[in-house]
Amino acid sequence: MTAPDLQGEPFAPAGSPWVRVSPRLAILRRSLLAGIGGVVTLVAASLVAIASWWLVVAVLVVGAVLIAWGWVVVGRAVRSWGYAERADDLLVTRGILFRQLVVVPYGRMQFVDVTAGPLDRRFGLATVQLHTAAAATDAQIPGLVPAEAARLRDRLAARGEASSAGL
Amino acid sequence: MTEAPAQPATGFRRLHPLTPLLRGWKVFAAVVAIAAQQLYGDLEARWLLLGVAASIPVALVYGYLSWRFTHYRIDGEDLRLETGVLFRRSRRVRLDRLQAVDVVRPLIARALGLAELRLEVAGGTSSEAPLAYLSEPAAQALRAELLARAAGLSHDTPEAPEAVLVTVPMDRLITSQLLTVGVIISLVALLVVLALAAALRQPALLGFAVPMALSLGPGVVGPIVRHFDFTVAESPDGLRLRHGLLETRAQTVPPGRVQAVRIVEPLLWRSRGWCRVEVNIAGYGGDGQSQTSVLLPVAPREQAFAVLRRVLPDVDISTVEMHGVPRSARWVDPFAWRFQSAGADDRVFVARRGRLRRETDIVPHVRLQSARLTQGLLQRRLGLATIHLDTTPGPVHPTAAHRGADEARRLLDAEVERARLARSSAPPERWMSLPDAPMPPNVAG
Repeated sequence: MTAPDLQGEPFAPAGSPWVRVSPRLAILRRSLLAGIGGVVTLVAASLVAIASWWLVVAVLVVGAVLIAWGWVVVGRAVRSWGYAERADDLLVTRGILFRQLVVVPYGRMQFVDVTAGPLDRRFGLATVQLHTAAAATDAQIPGLVPAEAARLRDRLAARGEASSAGL
Repeated sequence: MTEAPAQPATGFRRLHPLTPLLRGWKVFAAVVAIAAQQLYGDLEARWLLLGVAASIPVALVYGYLSWRFTHYRIDGEDLRLETGVLFRRSRRVRLDRLQAVDVVRPLIARALGLAELRLEVAGGTSSEAPLAYLSEPAAQALRAELLARAAGLSHDTPEAPEAVLVTVPMDRLITSQLLTVGVIISLVALLVVLALAAALRQPALLGFAVPMALSLGPGVVGPIVRHFDFTVAESPDGLRLRHGLLETRAQTVPPGRVQAVRIVEPLLWRSRGWCRVEVNIAGYGGDGQSQTSVLLPVAPREQAFAVLRRVLPDVDISTVEMHGVPRSARWVDPFAWRFQSAGADDRVFVARRGRLRRETDIVPHVRLQSARLTQGLLQRRLGLATIHLDTTPGPVHPTAAHRGADEARRLLDAEVERARLARSSAPPERWMSLPDAPMPPNVAG
């Protein structure tokens, strides 16, 4: 196999570009962040309210800054997810600080899961997870539109069957 | 006592009739243990005895019923196993998926001439089809029949002959278990405590010595008891491992079932040229890894490599071209970065690491399940990345840490490509059938 030119980008897929996950995943995670972060901040602020008013302001400011920072991080984290279907294997990448690239040959797939929790369903999202005989295989793709998740599942299953090799 | 030849009309066979006694004994022991604990409470001894006495018939009846309801049968390609008194369970195990067959003989079963046969297939957390207990000749005969069928041979093929490859002498096993840094530190500490007690004439200090001496037990005595009289033999069925002092275990690992190998050379063994060989085998994933995943507890390197050649034929790791890691890796692994290396030939991927305790991981390309590339923040700054090759669960987690990032990606891509080529030319699961023989349509999957 000829080595593709990967200068400086060892996590890029060779050839095809990454298919990114739905930006709605960022909306979902940001709403969670804003909701939980907001409640925690308000509770903390009301707890320190008996001490002094400027402490309340300080808590509110710190909470707002943390939420804003998380807002940006969530956006980048969601944009970092990506997958690519190649001829013989599936590539999944993720992470900003701790980056990971997983290559799963179709022939090694034991089963494929599509899961969607109540919040995921409300936002019209689903997660596809591939399982091989190795427990360490960490190939899940969150934030897929249900139609795309179902298409990916069927396609992976079909390809797995075609090039199956068990263990 | 052999029940193998005389089959009932249905073809179903039963376990050995002494099984309920052996199983009931366990229940009885549990009851006695609980009763003994309660004795420290305020319960009257009279009631306790009554309870213990009452549990005996209950245990016997339960044991008898579960024996009555357990049948097994070899049904073409499958082993069928019917169990359960209240909740009936019927299980089929595909023999071409057999990963290993163990014959286990706990101490009491040995005294009665009985043995447990365990079939291991991939998936599941414990042995998928334990047949406890059979008479020893029946267990041997059944093992031979299962392996013959799994190999794709006729079921009345006589048991394959075997040739002993390696035996581990007792003195080497004991020496190897004492020659670990942990044990030596403990022994020195023990001697210091004893010397202090003598010098200060403080017998109370001896109170410390007893738990210290006891703490040595599991780490040293355990492996010696487990690996006592370790024998590795080769037969067309695969490798046969036999070991154990109290509970003896005879493992059979058919050809091509070893998923990954690790050679460990602890610091204090190196001057003697000894190493330990551990393997990943799909069926052994969950239960008792330390018992079942050791291919050789301690052996000179040449012997270990001789066994390795049987496990991974046509593999010679000494000719694999190894590459070190870039100098920048010293910031993340200052002590042992010079000892990190990895390389691949057309059959295996090899990764080495460790300055004091050397480890060598070997993965045949054909056994790769998935491959990963990871990069932490610091690694990213230094332009490094780590390769993980995933195989079935076991003690071996092959990794090549802190490679140059671009080189790591090239290695990863090359490995995935090699694995693809290796899979497409892999030998069949029924190892005795020829690759071009007609195969059932769904052998793989």
